[in-house]
Amino acid sequence: MHIGIDLGSRTIKVAAFRDGKLVDRQLVESGFDPYAQAMEMIKVYDSEAIVATGYGRHLAREHFAREVVTEIKAHALGARHFYPRCRTIVDIGGQDSKVISLDESGRVTNFQMNDKCAAGTGRFLEIMAASLGFRLNEFGAVALESETEEAINSMCTVFAESEVISMKNRGIPARDIARGVHFSVVNRLMGMLHRVGFGNQVVFSGGVARNPCIVRMLRDRLPDTEVVSPPEPDIVGALGAALHAAR
Amino acid sequence: MSTMTNFEVKAYPEMWENLDMDVARFDKARQMLGEAYGKMFMAQENRPTKMEYFDDLIAEIFGGRIQEMLEVKKSGKPVVGTFCVYIPEEIVVAAGGVCVGLCGGSPGSIPDAEKILPRNICPMVKSAYGFKAGRICPYFQSVDFVYGETTCDAKKKTWEILDRLVPTYVMEIPQMKKERDRVLWLEEVKDFKSKVEEVCNKSISARDLAAAITVINEKRKALQRLTRLRSANPAPISGKDGLLIEQIAFYDEPGRFSKKLNELCDELDKRVADGQGACSADTPRVMVSGTPMALPNWKVHNLLETAGAVVVNEESCIGTRYFKDLIDEDQTEMDRQLEVLTDRYMQIDCSCFTPNDERVDQVLKEYRDSNAQGILHYSLQFCHTYNIEEIKIREACEKEGIPYLSIETDYSPEDVGQLQTRIEAFLEQIRE
Repeated sequence: MHIGIDLGSRTIKVAAFRDGKLVDRQLVESGFDPYAQAMEMIKVYDSEAIVATGYGRHLAREHFAREVVTEIKAHALGARHFYPRCRTIVDIGGQDSKVISLDESGRVTNFQMNDKCAAGTGRFLEIMAASLGFRLNEFGAVALESETEEAINSMCTVFAESEVISMKNRGIPARDIARGVHFSVVNRLMGMLHRVGFGNQVVFSGGVARNPCIVRMLRDRLPDTEVVSPPEPDIVGALGAALHAAR
Repeated sequence: MSTMTNFEVKAYPEMWENLDMDVARFDKARQMLGEAYGKMFMAQENRPTKMEYFDDLIAEIFGGRIQEMLEVKKSGKPVVGTFCVYIPEEIVVAAGGVCVGLCGGSPGSIPDAEKILPRNICPMVKSAYGFKAGRICPYFQSVDFVYGETTCDAKKKTWEILDRLVPTYVMEIPQMKKERDRVLWLEEVKDFKSKVEEVCNKSISARDLAAAITVINEKRKALQRLTRLRSANPAPISGKDGLLIEQIAFYDEPGRFSKKLNELCDELDKRVADGQGACSADTPRVMVSGTPMALPNWKVHNLLETAGAVVVNEESCIGTRYFKDLIDEDQTEMDRQLEVLTDRYMQIDCSCFTPNDERVDQVLKEYRDSNAQGILHYSLQFCHTYNIEEIKIREACEKEGIPYLSIETDYSPEDVGQLQTRIEAFLEQIRE
């Protein structure tokens, strides 16, 4: 059995891989002690090799992981497992958003990541949802109900929150503001996609791929490109790490 | 864990007091620099023994070297502070003076600058200004005057404010390289010479200038030699040490520096012949290109080498842009000397010029010459010209199939996590 563990900024994911198949997965919040959390998650396996990725990868290597790979490589490997010919991956996680470009053989040729701030990431959506009084898992659906086309302008999460508050106080309906928040995330993503370049298929991974509004907007903005997501988009990085362990 | 990390930058509180410095605060900065240097430099494995001289220069950076400069000053010779490789140091050396690079590479002085300057400008400009405003740089406190230039908007306008704290003059550097720009440039070089002569109350002779040109050519040749040696695989010296030497070139006494650097190069020659490296032969080799990294800015080199790479070249002002070109030594008459000097300076391919396509060719040339396996483009935040020119460098790398990563950052440690991920992914790309 090969184990991949993705110690992300918001959640820790584990993928267990045996004989070419994903046989188990877990996802829990990182909490205050990611190391203890990770140990709890992996103790159930009798594993040959653990490969770590994500923000906490070096912590994992100090304690239990045989090797580390970056999130970039892990997502490349994981996405190829579901879509063996994919060339472009969009991943939006808790703290990072990235666009990765692969060559025919699956090697990473180019990538772009967001800057040091949280703009355009899962955390950004989480904070905006909270300030509008929505649960994260309903945020996308609410935004889809609106038909406005206006993005919020602020790139910075802190400023965006004040912008959202001032919009609320101008009496703009919450669902319209929600849609604006989603628009701004997709605008950022489009900039990164154009800088990296993309073909006729884009694989969308990471927890934010569960957000129906982001998916819809991305499809609308990429009319000639197929936007696909694996059934469990949050597990792609951990799966990639497990695949690396199995190599 | 590393062992040899004890390192101390020497304290000279009395001298600092005389220089009107904020001694209590500066002493903390001194301690921090020593700790950082111990961790990043002294803990490296397989270091050439002749790095000892450069370690000593860091230990004496706030003391011994300042004393030397003050002695020069006492004898009536000029001590000039500069911020750019376009200011011809040969002229200061010809007057028997000291030319010292004052660029700021530390986040520690930025809060001082932000009391006055806008926050959203280049960190190097803020850091430099903050060193003067906070009275926490003995070099800044020792100069007769500062000679700035017009290579970027942030600098150009900061000189006006800096002039309130220290006499600051400005050399107009044109933005294009046409014949009429050369005429202007030559006039500006002559003005600089007059200013230097005014301080020492003596005119510079053609013989003085010829000797100074030779001294600085020798310094640049020694740096070229170091760069050639770094092209060997395994690299005989780490990128951090290479960068450090390029940084020290801006404040050490030039004749002694060349001699000591050549001694180091002799050792490296032997290392290369014996196949001995500062790292193994399968270490990914990265060339860094872009904006300067002023002392003590070792952020990116440290990230790269901690992640398992070796940096083999800096296409930068604190790097090859400073020493790739020499001045013709065959001229004996002042007017001609100033012309060939100006011609040499006009070859520097800074992104403040338009067009500047020769830099793209130069980057590719240095990539091949250094036997690098990838290029990391480094841009300081708000450095518009390098940030935009990066597009052309990236396109050239894509065309040539060169692994490439571009980062934009400042001096703060807050983005180290994200940079580490990018750099590790870049090294994965090179290794595959």
